[in-house]
Amino acid sequence: MKSKGWSSQWLQQIVFTGPATLAFAIIVALPFFMGMFYSITDWNGVGGYNFVGFDNFSRLFHDQTFINSFKFTVKFTIAAVILSNLVGFVLALLLTQPVKSRNVLRTIFFMPNVIGGLLLGFIWQFIFVKGFTAVGDKTGWAFFNLPWLGDEPTAFWGIVIVTIWSTAGYLMVIYISALINVPRDLIEAASIDGATAWQRLRHITVPLIMPAVTIALFLALSWSFKSFDIILSLTKGGPYNSTQSVALNIYNEAFQNNNFGYGTAKALVFFIVVALLTSLQVYLTKRREVQA
Amino acid sequence: METSRYRTSTFVLEIIALLVALVFLVPFYFLVSNSLKKYGDILLDSAALPSPATFDNFTRAWEIMKFPASFANSLVITLTSIVGLTVICSMAAYRMVRRPTKYNNFLFMIFVAAMVIPFQSIMIPLVKTASWFHLTRSLPGLWVCYMGFGSSLTIFLYHGFVKSIPAEIEESATVDGCSPYGVFWRIVFPLLKPMTATIIILNSLWIWNDFLLPNLILGEGQRTIPLSTYSFFGQYTKQWDLALAGLVMGILPILIFFLTLQRHIISGITAGSVKG
Repeated sequence: MKSKGWSSQWLQQIVFTGPATLAFAIIVALPFFMGMFYSITDWNGVGGYNFVGFDNFSRLFHDQTFINSFKFTVKFTIAAVILSNLVGFVLALLLTQPVKSRNVLRTIFFMPNVIGGLLLGFIWQFIFVKGFTAVGDKTGWAFFNLPWLGDEPTAFWGIVIVTIWSTAGYLMVIYISALINVPRDLIEAASIDGATAWQRLRHITVPLIMPAVTIALFLALSWSFKSFDIILSLTKGGPYNSTQSVALNIYNEAFQNNNFGYGTAKALVFFIVVALLTSLQVYLTKRREVQA
Repeated sequence: METSRYRTSTFVLEIIALLVALVFLVPFYFLVSNSLKKYGDILLDSAALPSPATFDNFTRAWEIMKFPASFANSLVITLTSIVGLTVICSMAAYRMVRRPTKYNNFLFMIFVAAMVIPFQSIMIPLVKTASWFHLTRSLPGLWVCYMGFGSSLTIFLYHGFVKSIPAEIEESATVDGCSPYGVFWRIVFPLLKPMTATIIILNSLWIWNDFLLPNLILGEGQRTIPLSTYSFFGQYTKQWDLALAGLVMGILPILIFFLTLQRHIISGITAGSVKG
């Protein structure tokens, strides 16, 4: 590309990058900085506001519902990240064996992922409330006769189950694409040397697919930590706010209680935690990657 | 994993895999079979097959949800947004790769850094700023919001892909008298096709299923499928016959989309997430 003069370069710069930059500036950048500004006010969404300094932030640390929502989110994230990755990985191991129904199975496992979180939650609300009871009546298994979504532990594990159902297939696809690239001769050499299936998995396969593990953990972490739709439609944060995620807490603070200023302070803290967590996670897993 | 022969152990694995698949499919069975039952039959036994099957729930839910209107809104906003994002982001990413000035590098860094911002941490001031620009209560306003929120990931993915395209082809086209815009649209953009497919799939799944943003931006009477399902469910809580029929209609379009294009969707998503 030869430059055709100064004004033509400027025009090109504007035509090529202008629209995306403008949309980004007013939709993402401006609200981001406005949020920092509002977080030190008592803005209620309409009319004026007063500056309250860091009152919102000190209030945060004594706000029991907010602290509880953080605790719930951390617990839920740990459970969901570990279990959905485990299920996804095991499914990937199964589908990289020469099973005949591989393609159909891959489609089935992936399918729940294309349904939006809101609708997923509603579907499962029915299954937990009505479906499980019917299965419980038929089989007599205590697991199905628990008061699903009615008390704290079943609501918690209910959300975890739905999250696994919807994300395991996605993570599986990532693991499959890494597993098929593990060189066969390495595995064969190890088994000739007498390594058991578990040793081959632990010491050859897993280190070689660490880049995929990074991606899958990163995705699951950021999905779970920001969980909103599934929880809104499955439990609405209940019973007694026990399954209220941070995202849902921020939403309620702003759009139910009209505490916009306080809500933006919570949102800012949430942003900092998410940014730190994701960068830490990527940094830690990157260190364990091995070159093939 | 010693050989690819089909042996007994593989057969056992196959059976296990099929059983797990059955578990994955059971929720769909409950959903569909109960959506075809009368209310009383759902309460009686939700595990049984519907006898007799009735489509009454569907005709009623269709009308109450104003399904055609919500479907049309979802379709219009998804299609226009993926077209808009593809156009503005491919152009921006191309310019940033081919003209790595200080300003463009800085701009790209900002777009990438913004990927870690969770939507919920800017949604509150967004409602305010969106109304400054008269973007609330309108589908075009929602479209502008998707341009902003989609730009980070889309530019990031295109940026990586443009880098892999040699610049020599473009240089010879310029020598032949092609304008910079012609070079992009006639030569570069067609070469971006694999990445464009990935981007269209990622963005259409996201926008079609998105609930929170349209919920905050759109006004009364303008509903996408997630919004109408949400209000329908709120209105008819525990009226499972209607609610389930509404849910089946709500997931059907995206499931059909997935099942017809599943090979492309799965590989597109893998490509997108491996790079992202």
